[in-house]
Amino acid sequence: MSSIEIRSAPHISGPRSVEKIMSHVVFSLLPVCAFYVFQYGISAAASILVVTVSCLLAERMAVRTGTQSGNLGDWSATITGVLLALTLPPGFPLWMGAVAGFVAIGLGKALFGGIGFNVFNPALVGRAFVQAAFPTAIATYTPSFLPGRFTEFIPSTLAWPLMAPPGIDAWLKEKHLDALAGATPLAKWKFDGLVAGADELLTSLSGHMAVGPSPLLILVCGAYLAARRYMDWRIPTAIIGSAGLTAWLLFAWNPDHYPNPLFMLLSGGLILGAMYMATDMATSPVTPRGMWVYGAMIGLLTVVIRYYSGLPEGVMYAILLGNAATPLIERITQPTPFGKGVFERKRKTASYPLHPGYISREEASAVTPKKQFLKNKPKKP
Amino acid sequence: MKLLSYFRGEAFQRGVHPPSCKEATAGRAIRRLPFAPRLTIPLSQHIGKAPHPIVRVGQEVVRGEPIARSDDWLSVPHHAPATGVVEAIELRPSARGPWIQSIVIRTHPAATQEDLWGIPRDLESATSADILQWIWDTGMVGLGGAAFPTHAKLTVPKQAKVHTLVVNGCECEPYLTCDHRVMLEHTDALIAGIRLAMRATGAARAIIGVEDNKPDAVDALRAAIERDRRPGDDWETGIFAEKVPTKYPQGSEKMLIMALFGVEIPSGQLPISLGMVVSNVGTLAALGELIPTGRGLTERVVTVTGPGVARPGDYRVPLGTPLSFVLDYAGAPANAREVIMGGPMMGQAAASLDVPVTKGVSGIVVMRSRDMQERERRNTYPCIKCGECVESCPMGLNPSTLGMLAAKREYDLMSAGYHLGDCFECGCCTYVCPSNIPLVQQFRVAKQILREKAAAA
Repeated sequence: MSSIEIRSAPHISGPRSVEKIMSHVVFSLLPVCAFYVFQYGISAAASILVVTVSCLLAERMAVRTGTQSGNLGDWSATITGVLLALTLPPGFPLWMGAVAGFVAIGLGKALFGGIGFNVFNPALVGRAFVQAAFPTAIATYTPSFLPGRFTEFIPSTLAWPLMAPPGIDAWLKEKHLDALAGATPLAKWKFDGLVAGADELLTSLSGHMAVGPSPLLILVCGAYLAARRYMDWRIPTAIIGSAGLTAWLLFAWNPDHYPNPLFMLLSGGLILGAMYMATDMATSPVTPRGMWVYGAMIGLLTVVIRYYSGLPEGVMYAILLGNAATPLIERITQPTPFGKGVFERKRKTASYPLHPGYISREEASAVTPKKQFLKNKPKKP
Repeated sequence: MKLLSYFRGEAFQRGVHPPSCKEATAGRAIRRLPFAPRLTIPLSQHIGKAPHPIVRVGQEVVRGEPIARSDDWLSVPHHAPATGVVEAIELRPSARGPWIQSIVIRTHPAATQEDLWGIPRDLESATSADILQWIWDTGMVGLGGAAFPTHAKLTVPKQAKVHTLVVNGCECEPYLTCDHRVMLEHTDALIAGIRLAMRATGAARAIIGVEDNKPDAVDALRAAIERDRRPGDDWETGIFAEKVPTKYPQGSEKMLIMALFGVEIPSGQLPISLGMVVSNVGTLAALGELIPTGRGLTERVVTVTGPGVARPGDYRVPLGTPLSFVLDYAGAPANAREVIMGGPMMGQAAASLDVPVTKGVSGIVVMRSRDMQERERRNTYPCIKCGECVESCPMGLNPSTLGMLAAKREYDLMSAGYHLGDCFECGCCTYVCPSNIPLVQQFRVAKQILREKAAAA
């Protein structure tokens, strides 16, 4: 026994690491990506690939220049890339996707100091940038399950860098589809008053619908993550609950004017946002109570933006606003420490009565301090 | 799964489930360790003032004879752990690192080492004050690890009244099994000790809380309680053994009381504010053994274990035995890299192997390089705010924010705004942290700095 080391307790550590958490999120996204590619063909595959690679390149550059901490091995840039690609339309020009990826990591993450320090979800920062920069391209959706989707690219995908993509109306006409087929269900509802059925939205299997990744698959993959505790279950529950409740109240009040709540929940990016975007650890509150407040706020804001603004989709802005409010939410929702509760928290299933019968109530209250935790705070000797 | 614990009334909120690693030693009977050629008894091995030696260098002592005592109330006497000669009274290394005044005894190789020193006690007519005085004379401190003088803990303040003695048999630390074995093998001494403590405190009821991963201990205790049944014991007076869910840190007195009674001890107060006194099973079993014959505490049960130890087990170790002697006897690997005194969650790494076993050492856990590799290979990241620590802190604090404040040295804000004073350093936050941030270590530093600031002011 030559030499021994002195370390500070605890001397053992739990099974989780950042790499493990992040890689699990990536793996749980793989089925979603696979189905997305099955829906939209090689254009979607190219989009996911290019956006992810550009995110990784940006991360690598930021780490190399010392702008941010972390490394590629922590998988967090991969998550950003895949999520960003899933929020973009399948036929989004690849060069714009690359710009989105660079902006996501550069402005959304590296600028703040890298993993753990970012204030806003990087994927949404990238998406918000391209939404402002390329408003036409990001609103151009194509229907799913087009024939020949595995052999030919959607024409807008292959636009030259710095060039506007060609319109896809002519291309759609070739396929004997009207231009309306290229609108998302939310846009159809917002501008034309058409409400798609919940079953079609849920599975995205009906075809000829310009929808994003399948909500059902996202729910399953997210549930797996939550069950393995790689994601917090409170945030998606709060978002879906709050958005559903708000939409249902409005629907009940005026069913002619407002769509049914199921349509509200399953269309657009609400499920993806609730499951994967809002639950981004660094940008959501750490306190359990804060998670409920944060989720409820995002759900409410989403419905408000969708119903009362000029935009068909509001999830992105709702989550970004939620991110901005996170430090404030955390501050007001700190957990109550053990023994500091104003109300005496008593468990119903205690094994023993605290005050045995042989001690009279008066005696017991003579021993038990009055519930004035805040007033007579014990002085430290 | 934490989600379910919301619906299932769990013992206390949050907490962690580290792998127990108790299999190697739980099934082995307690064995006696031979006497080392030299025993070192540090004068300060408990909370409170150190006693002063009452022997001289060169004096012969018999096993059990008092060798150090003090009149200070928060101080306990020490007894010679072996028959031999006082070789030196000088500075010797302690587990923490600094050298402290110690009595070194060279064991007499030919002595029978029988514990002959003792004053027979008349238990029948003893009053509460008598028993407390006897406990003090025994030199007993909390053997669970905190090493707080037992007579002080069992002394009930004038204005308070104790109705329940809570006996802590949780042993929630991984690897340790000494309390488990004591409950199995010294059950009757434990019950006798509980009766004594009940008389000392005036408690009419004692409840032994045992984690449910030790069902054999609960059965043994219930059988012994049945043998010990007194007239007048009914469902609310007498001794009870109760299972509590296995969860770290169930052995903390606040958590145990939460599990048994479903109440929270108000922050900053002791269990006595709710009419309870908590004591460890090892302490009470030792009391039950020593008090009737009036002997002193000269040995204790220590779990010696670790992934590479050839003969792990629970050993009855004379106090003052050097760690190197214990480890040689138990067959610790030659490439040991860390020797933990206590459990791996809250124990302290020994600074040197010359350090002796003291009254507060409940276990010696040996780790090799191989066992620490996985942990060392992990990268440290900034806090990713996953909230794991918040969901594991048994005290309901926010270690994530506290850690960030500690990095910014905002110690006053940590204490005033984020309840740093409630942290009892169980280490759950550091255990679960995926970013590998040394949270509890930072809190220890912060608390120490705040203490120094308060002392200076």
